Amino acid sequence: MIRTYALLAWTWTRAAAQYPLSFALMTAGGLVVGGLDVAVIWVIFANTGELAGFGLTEVMFLYGASQLAFALADLLFGNVDKISQHIVAGTLDVMLIRPASPFVQVAADRFTPHRLGRSIQAGAVLAAGLAGLDVPLGRVWMVPVMVVSGIVIFAALFTLGGALQFLLTAAPEVANAFTYGGATLTQYPLSVYDTRIVRGMTFALPLAFVNWQPGLYVLGRPDPLGLPSWTGLLSPAAALALAAVAALAWRAGIRRYRSTGS
Amino acid sequence: MPGHGAAVSLYPRLAWYGFRRHATYWAAALAGAFTNTVFGVLRAYVLIALWQARPGLGGYDVAGAITFTFLTQAFIGPMQLFGGGLDLPQRIRTGDVALDLVRPASLQMWCLSEDLGRAAYLFVVRGGPPALVGALLFGIVAPHAPAAFLVSVALGVVVSFGWRYIVALATCWVMDDRGLGVLSMVLTTFFSGLMLPLAIFPGWLGVLSRALPWSAMAQVPADVYLGTADPAPALGFQALWAAVLLALGALMTGAARRKVVIQGG
Repeated sequence: MIRTYALLAWTWTRAAAQYPLSFALMTAGGLVVGGLDVAVIWVIFANTGELAGFGLTEVMFLYGASQLAFALADLLFGNVDKISQHIVAGTLDVMLIRPASPFVQVAADRFTPHRLGRSIQAGAVLAAGLAGLDVPLGRVWMVPVMVVSGIVIFAALFTLGGALQFLLTAAPEVANAFTYGGATLTQYPLSVYDTRIVRGMTFALPLAFVNWQPGLYVLGRPDPLGLPSWTGLLSPAAALALAAVAALAWRAGIRRYRSTGS
Repeated sequence: MPGHGAAVSLYPRLAWYGFRRHATYWAAALAGAFTNTVFGVLRAYVLIALWQARPGLGGYDVAGAITFTFLTQAFIGPMQLFGGGLDLPQRIRTGDVALDLVRPASLQMWCLSEDLGRAAYLFVVRGGPPALVGALLFGIVAPHAPAAFLVSVALGVVVSFGWRYIVALATCWVMDDRGLGVLSMVLTTFFSGLMLPLAIFPGWLGVLSRALPWSAMAQVPADVYLGTADPAPALGFQALWAAVLLALGALMTGAARRKVVIQGG
C-alpha cells in the first residue's frame, strides 16, 4: 500500500515539476496563506498581551504544532476530500476495478507537493514558539509525538469527510467544516472557547488531543477543565481510536457506493 | 433600431439568469452557508476573548465585535471573498472568450449583470444562515440603518466584481490563473476585514487597509450596519472604488481585445 502510494505520489510530483514556475508560485502561495494566520495572531497581540490566559509565544507554539500536523495531513491525505468529484465524474469506478486500494488511489490522486510550503511555514512558527519558551528537556519529546498524533487525527478527519461525501455528493463543502474547521479551531488555545465546546473536543471529536492537551503537558500548565496532567499523553491513543472510526466509515461508504453509471 | 430595446432588457435578463443558475446549486450553497457559519462561531470566540481583554477595542463593544464576525462571514458568498465566481478565466484559457468579445454587448457589463444575479441569490442563501445562527447563539445587534446597509452591500458586490474581473482578465497576460487567484485571495481576505476588523490593525497598516478597495467589500458594509461609520461618506468611498475598478476593467477589456486578435483567437 505504501509502495503504491509512493509510486503515485512520485508520478504526480514529476508531473508538477514539468511546470517549475507554477510550482514555485503555488509553494510561495502556501507560505503566504499561512503567513496570513501569523499576521492575524500578530495583530491580536499588538492589541493585547494575553489571549484567554496565553501569551504570544505559547500561542505560536500551539498554532505551529496543530498547523504543521494539519499541513502534513493535507499534503498526504487531503485529496480524499475530492472524492465527490470522482463520484460525479465516474472516475471512482475506474479506481475500484484496479488492483490497488481505492483509498490509496484517491489520496494520492493529484498529489500536490506544493502543499509542503504550508508545512514549512507552520514548522517555522512552531520552532520560533519553542525557541521563545523554556521547555525542559524532560517534556520536549512530547512535541514530535503530538505532531504525529495530530497528523493521524487530521488524516482521520479527511477520511471521515470523504466517507460523508458518499452521502452528500452534491454538497462536498460540508466536509470542510470538519477538516479545515478543525484546523482553525486548534489554531488558538482551547481556553478561548466555551467549556461545552472544549468538552466535546475532548470526549467526542478528539481535536483537543491535536495540540491542546499535549500542549498543556509540554507547557507544564494545568488544564482549565481540571483533567490530570497526563491526559496529554493519551494523544496517540485518541488518534488511533479516531483512525479506527474513520476506517470503518470509509469502508461503509465504499460498500454502499453505487456507480452513477456514466 | 431593433437592437436598442433588446439592449435595455438584456442586462436585467442576464442578472436573472445568473440568479437562476446559482439557484440550481442550492445544496452547494447551503453547504457553503453551513461552513461559513461554523467558521463564524470559531472566529466569534477568538474575538470575544480579545474583546474581554480589551473592552471597547476599535470602537466596538463585544456585541458589535460578534455582529461584525457573523456579518463578514455572511458576506463571503455574495462578495465572493475567496475569489472566483466568474467563468472568465476558464473561457480565456479555452479561447471561448473570443466569442464573448465579438458579442454586440460589453463583456464587462455582461459579466457584471450575471454576477449581480449570483450575489443576490447568495446574499439570501449563504448570508442568511450565518446571521441567523449568530443571532441565536450569541445575539447580534439590529441594523443601524437598514436601507443604507442594503445599498452598501450592493456597492460592495460591485467593488468585489470590479476587482475579480480585473484578476480574471489578467489571465490573458499571465495564462496561469491559479497564482493570481491565490494572490487575490490573500489580499481580499486580509484587507477586507474578514479575518479581523480593520479598525484594530495597528498604526499605518490600519490607515492603509481602510483606504484600499478591499475594505469596501466587508469592513464598510459591516460598519454601516453597526452605525460605526457615517452612511454618506461610507457609500461615497465604495462608489469611488467601484468607479475606479470598473474603469480599469474597461481599459483592460480593450487591451484584451487587441491581445486576442494578436494571438489569432
